[in-house]
Order: sequence, then C-alpha cells, then structure tokens
Amino acid sequence: MLTALKNHLNTWLFRLGEPESGSIVLVQRRIFILPSRHGVLFVCALLLMLTGAINYNLNLGFVLTFLLTAMGVNSILHTFRNLSKLRISPERTQPVFAGVDAQFPLTFEGAGTLDRYSVGITRDKKTVIYADVPAGQSSTVTVDIPALQRGLLRPGRVTLFTYYPIGLCYAWAYINPEVTCLVYPRPEPGVIPLPLPDEQQGQDSALGLGNDDFAGLRSYHPGDSPRHIAWKAAARGQGLLTKQFIGLADRQLWLDWTATPETLGIEDRLSRLTRWICDAHAAGITFGLRIPGLTLPPASGSAQRDRCLEALALFQGDSENNAHADR
Amino acid sequence: MLTPTDKLHPRHVGRLLLAVVMVAAPHVERLPWWTTTLGIMLIVWRAHSAHFDLELPRKWLLVLIVVGTMGGIYITYGRILGRDSGITLLIIMLGLKLLEMATLRDAMIMIFLSYFLVITNFLYSQSILTAIYMLCAVWVITAAMIGFQYRVRQPGYLSQLRTAGEILLQAVPLMVVLFVLFPRVQGPLWGMPQDANAGITGLSDEMSPGSVSQLILSDAIAFRVAFESQIPNSNQLYWRGPVLWDFDGVRWTAPRLPAPLQHEYLPLGVSINYTVTVEPHSRRWLFALDLPARTPPRSIMTNDFQLLAQAELNTRIRYDMSSYLSYRDNAAPARYELRRALALPSGTNPRSAALAAQMMRSSSSERDYVSTVLAMFRSQNYSYTTTPPPLYENPVDEFLFSTRAGFCEHYASAFAVLMRAAGVPARIVTGYQGGEINTVGNYLTVRQADAHAWVEIWLKDEGWIRVDPTAAVSPARVESGVASAIPESEALPILRGDHPWLRNARMTWDSLANSWNQMVLGYTPDRQRQLMRQIGIDDATWRSMVMLMLIAAGIVTLVLTAYLLRRLHVTRPDPVIAAYARFCANLERRGVERHRSEGPDAFCRRACAAVPELAPSINTISNVYIRLRYGSDAQPADVLTLQREVNLLRGRKYARPARRAAA
Repeated sequence: MLTALKNHLNTWLFRLGEPESGSIVLVQRRIFILPSRHGVLFVCALLLMLTGAINYNLNLGFVLTFLLTAMGVNSILHTFRNLSKLRISPERTQPVFAGVDAQFPLTFEGAGTLDRYSVGITRDKKTVIYADVPAGQSSTVTVDIPALQRGLLRPGRVTLFTYYPIGLCYAWAYINPEVTCLVYPRPEPGVIPLPLPDEQQGQDSALGLGNDDFAGLRSYHPGDSPRHIAWKAAARGQGLLTKQFIGLADRQLWLDWTATPETLGIEDRLSRLTRWICDAHAAGITFGLRIPGLTLPPASGSAQRDRCLEALALFQGDSENNAHADR
Repeated sequence: MLTPTDKLHPRHVGRLLLAVVMVAAPHVERLPWWTTTLGIMLIVWRAHSAHFDLELPRKWLLVLIVVGTMGGIYITYGRILGRDSGITLLIIMLGLKLLEMATLRDAMIMIFLSYFLVITNFLYSQSILTAIYMLCAVWVITAAMIGFQYRVRQPGYLSQLRTAGEILLQAVPLMVVLFVLFPRVQGPLWGMPQDANAGITGLSDEMSPGSVSQLILSDAIAFRVAFESQIPNSNQLYWRGPVLWDFDGVRWTAPRLPAPLQHEYLPLGVSINYTVTVEPHSRRWLFALDLPARTPPRSIMTNDFQLLAQAELNTRIRYDMSSYLSYRDNAAPARYELRRALALPSGTNPRSAALAAQMMRSSSSERDYVSTVLAMFRSQNYSYTTTPPPLYENPVDEFLFSTRAGFCEHYASAFAVLMRAAGVPARIVTGYQGGEINTVGNYLTVRQADAHAWVEIWLKDEGWIRVDPTAAVSPARVESGVASAIPESEALPILRGDHPWLRNARMTWDSLANSWNQMVLGYTPDRQRQLMRQIGIDDATWRSMVMLMLIAAGIVTLVLTAYLLRRLHVTRPDPVIAAYARFCANLERRGVERHRSEGPDAFCRRACAAVPELAPSINTISNVYIRLRYGSDAQPADVLTLQREVNLLRGRKYARPARRAAA
C-alpha cells in the first residue's frame, strides 16, 4: 500500500510516465533541486561562523558569513541553470547481441550562450558518465546498458544531474526517451556445425569441417566461431582473422527452426539459429530462414543477416505450440 | 560527487594548499615558532606526497602529532581553549587534515575549514587591508571548490578564478541586504576567552614617570571625532580620560570605586556637539571634551566628570557627545573629596614640600601661588622632552631640583604635588590633548601619541579649574601638537612628519579607514535600529526586521535570477550568417542591393557584373558562404576565411560607383 502510494507520488511528482519520443527539453518543471550533503555541511559551517561573528562582534565576520550565504543561495540558480533548457536527443542505436552492452547515444545541446559543465548521466547511480556542453555545440554521450535478453531494449528512466558550479546543490531531472535498441539472441557458444543444405534438412548430420576447402582469411566479425579464427595468424600479430571455407557457398542453405533439436528451449534454439546465421554469413553462404510464422527467402550479405537476426530477436517465443504446429 | 570518494588530483591538492597557506599566513606572526614550523612541514609533506603520488601517512602517526600539539599548546599558552591557543590548534588540525585528505569529501571539509579560518583572522584585525587580503583568500578558496566540480575537462586556473569571481560578485547584492537587515544582537553570547582582547595599548588608570611618554611612540589611533560645526582651537581640545586622585610618592592612581555624578556645573557659552568613535582599548572609559554635558547610552558619568562605559570597550564604539568648553564647576565638593585632593604621603619628596611652603608664604593668594609655580617652570630652565632622564625614589624632588627635563606627566605630577603641599586641592587628569585635523574627511584624529596629563585645582571662589603646567614649559605642545613641541633631535617616526604629499596620503588613507570604521565596522545593533527609524520603522521588532530582510532578499534574488537566466535565451548569431549579412550590407552601399528572393549564387553573378573590380572577392565570399551553408564538405577554417574576406572587402574604398555615375 505504502509502496503503491510512493510509486504514485513519484509518478506524479517526477512525471514518470510513458517514454517520450523525439528530443526532450529540460524545462523548469522537470528540474528538481536540493542541497547536497556538502550543502548541508556548508549550512552548518555558516551557522558556526554566524555565531562566532555575533559573539565577537565581528562585522567582517558578518560580511563573510553573508557573502557565503548569498553565494550558496545563488548557487541554487547556477546549478539549476546548468541543466535548464538542455535538449537531449536520442540517436540511432546499433543492434547488439544479448550478453553485451547496448549503447544508447544521447546528444546534448544547450540553449543560449551558456557553457554547461559536468552534467552527469546515470541509470543506477553507480556508473556515471559526465558531459560538458559548451554553448552552441552539442556533445554526445553513450549510455551503456547490458542487453540481457533478446528483443527491444529501452533505456528506461535515466537521471541527469549536476553539482556544478560549487557542489552545494544537487539538481536533477529524469528522462525516459522513446528509443529502442534491437537485441539479437545470444549466439550459441562453441562450434555448431551448420545444417546440410537442400533436402538434408531435418537430419542431425551436418557437414563435417573436413569436407570444406579452405578458401582464405578475412577479418574477424563478432559472432564468428572461435574454431574458425586463425590463431596462428593471431599469434604472428596479424590480428584476429577468420578462416573461410568454400564448399557451401554455392548451395542454398535453409536455416530452419525445425532443424534445431526440440529438446532445447526456445531461447536456446534461437541461439543456435543465431550462431548459424553468423557462421553462414561469415562463410559467405546464401541462406534462408524459416521460423514459425515467418520465412525469409535465401539471400546473402549483411542485409540478409540483419533481417534474419531481427526476426529472431523479435520472435514471439511464448507460443511453443506454434513451433510444433508449423512443422 | 555521487562519488565523494574520488581520489584527489594533485592539481586540486595544490590549489587547496594555496588557499590554506593564504588564510593561515596572517596568523604566523602570532603563532609560536614551533607551530609555524610544524605547519610548514605538514604543508610541504602534503605537497610532496601529492606531487609524487605517495601514500598518505598512517592514522596513528597523525594521532601522535595531535597529542603532541595539544601538549605543546598547553605548555605555550597554559590552556587549550582560548582565542590564541584555539586558533593555533585549529591551524595544526587543518594541517593534519591535509595529510588525511585523500578524497573529494575530505577536500570539501578543508574548504569549509578554510572559510572558517578566514573569520578567525578578523579577531585580530578588521582593517581595510585585512578585508582586501581576506577577500582574495576567499576568492582562492572558492576557485578551489569550483575546481572540484569539473568532471570532464578542467578549464585553466585563470578561467576557474574568473568563474569564482563572478559567483562571488553576484553574491554581493544579497550579502549587502543581509548585512544591513539581518537582525543584530549585541554580543557576546557567552563569555569570551580571557585572552580575547590582549595586547591593546592605551591610557591606564595610573600614572608614573614615563608612563605617558611611552605612548608617544605609538601611532595607533585612540579615537576619531566628527564635529557638528567648526573644530575648536587646539588649545581647547582637552579630551578627558581617567582622573587620578591618589599619590603614593611615585605613582598616581584613580579611585577604585568612582563616585557617580552628584553635582552640576554651570555652563558658560554654547555647547559644542560632536560624535566620537573610540577604538577598542579594553578599558571602560570614554572620552569627551572638558566638560562633558551628557552621558552616552550604557555609560555613567563620575563625580569628576569621567565617562565610564558599563562594560570594557572591546569593540569600536561610536557615540554622540556635547561639551561646554567654558564652564564654572564651583559646587562645594564633599569634605572627603577635598581631603583626598590634598593627601600627600608623608616623607616623600621633602624638598618639593619645602619649596611649596616657601613659595606659598611669599604669595598673596592661591591664584598668585599658581602663577608663581608656572612662572618657575617657564623661567628656570625646565625643558620638555620625550626622553626624560630616569627618576628614582623621590621623583618629584629629583625632577624639580636636578633633572628639570620631563614630559607632561612629570610636570603634571610635580605641579599637583606642589599644589597639595601648599594646601591647594589638586587632582591629575589624564587623557589626550589636541589631535590632527583630517582635511580630507574633516574630522579630528586623536592618536595614542596625543596622550597628555594635566592638573585640576580647586580654588575657593572658582571651583575646579584646569591648569596645564606643560603649556607653561612648552606652549607649542597645546597650540600645535606634540610633534612640533619636542626638540628636533628627538624626531618622531616619519608618520608624524610634515612632507606635504605624505601627509596628504596619510590623511586620505585615514579618512578612508574612518569611513570604513563608521559604515562597515561601526554598523552595530544600535546603528541598525537608528537606520530602521530613519526609514520609518520606529520600533523594529525581530519579526518586522526578518520580514523586511526577506522581502529585500527576494527582490535581489529575482533580479539576479533574471540576469542569470537571460543567457539561456540569447543566442549568439551564427558567424556565417552575420558575415554574409555584412557582405550584403557593404555591397548595398556600393549600389548592389540583394533582393529578398535572390539566392546567393544569383546575387553573386549580378554583383560581379555590377562591380567587376571586386569580382574575385565577391566570388570567393559567395563560394565559401554557399559551401558553409549548403555544402557538406565545409571546414571550420572556412568560417575564418569568410570573415577575413568580408573584412577585406569592407576595407576597400567604394567611391567607384559614384564616380561612374558622375561619368
């Protein structure tokens, strides 16, 4: 009950509603400000100084105390100003595989001729990124969020805060930008042989590696099987290279949901398909994808790979029956 | 500062050390030598460890230093809690905190301690110079505090100083409001440490040979006086201080329990009104011209017209006074008073007593006797000097019969003894005589060097009258001050000298100091009430003062808010558009006006045709502009090119179109 009330209050006070699309401008209503812990300590120091000034009739003591008081009061304005009218525009995100950090670039732009310093950006109050926003310029900060599972990842509530200029006040604003990052399923680790092309689908036999002819090396891409990495080349200091094989390139390969063992869960089956897509793409093979409810005709190239991975990322996994019905 | 445990950068440590050194430095002259040494060691230690990124010392070592310091302070001062000992402790603690300071949180505490240390400096001096210096210190501290807040890129130190300066400057209006309107309470709130006001020189309530003449070397200001009308002549400026009745053969002392005023005197002539601002001298007496006509608030007048404040003067006090320079104080004194004014310790100064008796016998009246004694001083080779020879057991005898050289206290003492020995009641009045007129501020400055002693005798018909035996020896002393009265060979410090420009500079400075004292340091609870009355709030209560303060503070803050937020709304004009607009305006003056619908390219072609001699320049400008505005490959340097080209074009004479038109 209390928690619900608190949530309700939070939602009303901090305007924590639905994500907002487009740029977000920090208007006055969105910025909150409170004395920081140092601000409270500062007030205590001021009280002590005031007492001293009264006790010893030190008029310059009064001058100093009041000067610092005024500075503290004005710092509320300064700190508020450091966030005020700040425009935050979420940039396009790049899809990532589950298990790594999704990157959300946010572009900050100030209004007017004010240089803004040390604007902090945080989601969990633990990892903080700071940005300076000089007048008339924009600066882009990337918020990293661990992508734990496939699908569309939203950054959720992000806190922008500042203590600038003197650290006695803490001003903050919450933003919840409407921006998503596509998270592909995590590629299954290890070496998973690709299914046999054409009619041989459905059988567990796969092409042995020995059947392929070594075709050459190309630079490593994420998702490449570690087994295909040319470790000898890496040891020679040539960087990570992936061995390419021919033999499958000319044939059409169907990566089929049904080719994955039923004993695996949905996510694991998607992981395996992801692994296959990556490997097939890495090997330059033309492939198509068949999953329950969706068939992508064979093609090759990174566009095909992205299309297929997106389909896997957005696969509605709750319908296990679908998978069987489609068989 | 979500991460107050961030490790401090050596740069931060350095700037903080600078701030700490600045606030602690003025204390050095008062600190025991070992504290200074220890303080310097601690600072060097911290700077060293910051520079080489070394580990900070262990806690137990710091605790050991604390204990040692406490012991040292106790041995030096005989106490731990006191003004000087407390500040010594605070400074060492600050130094130790430096060595413990590893994180941002510690650094902020150092900042607050430094601010606090600024205020302790005001216990010793609140002069203009101190204020300016401390303002610089506050500036440096604030800059250090701001420096902690840059998380991405540190701007240069000068830029941080500028930011700090701006922030402090913006705080001034609100500071003034709070200073004027914050309801003041008269301190102290609790007992001050006993050593709170040590080391102030000034008059004392006793006088022995040499006690006044030692003050002559002090240039310190005793008080300043602003007269309502003209400043009286110097020989009328007798500033009454402690009145000494009791003589033990060597020393004159004031009664321990002064009797309150029980009689009135008869004023002659008009009263003269003035305002006195007394520097703190940690005694109770206030000063007024002979004879005071009223009693300032929170003070009493004794039966010998001495003004005594209720409490010791530990702060500068300002009061309005009026006096009658001519008066007749002939009310019959109480018998015990006369007895006291005649008492001489038996057996001391016997030759003086004999001389007095002899002179009295040959005088026709007491008046005549007084003249005889003064004539003796004048005619018999007595001299006025600030360096009188030492006197021993019977100082008056030795002075009158052998040394014959003395300062005002010698003459006053000898005269009073001669009077008493002849049966004329006499008492010694100490105080100040004369003063320096500050022509810049039109007020009178009275310094410790103007200290003086004179005598009052009681004559049957005339009552108490003032006799200044020093004037008999050295008329210049009362006519034009002590500097002109003493022999050339005893020249005083240069400050009393008479270089015109030096004198002028000194007066200007003193006038400035006086205004500072009156307006800033003299703003007491009394003055605040007075100010409130002037703006129409007759009995300002605590509550109405707070209300007024909040309203004024609100207005000031609103104005500042508008000023600060203005920068959110103005936009710097785009330099590219601005430069192109200048270019168009320039061509318009040359007779080529750009139409509203005309694109830069079309305008360029038309302009080149119209002013062919400028064509290369017009082409360059237009091309750069088009690239900057519409192209995708513009370089930042292009903006500079554009601006330079436009400026070059504007610099070229444009008399051509007119000539062509004429042709």
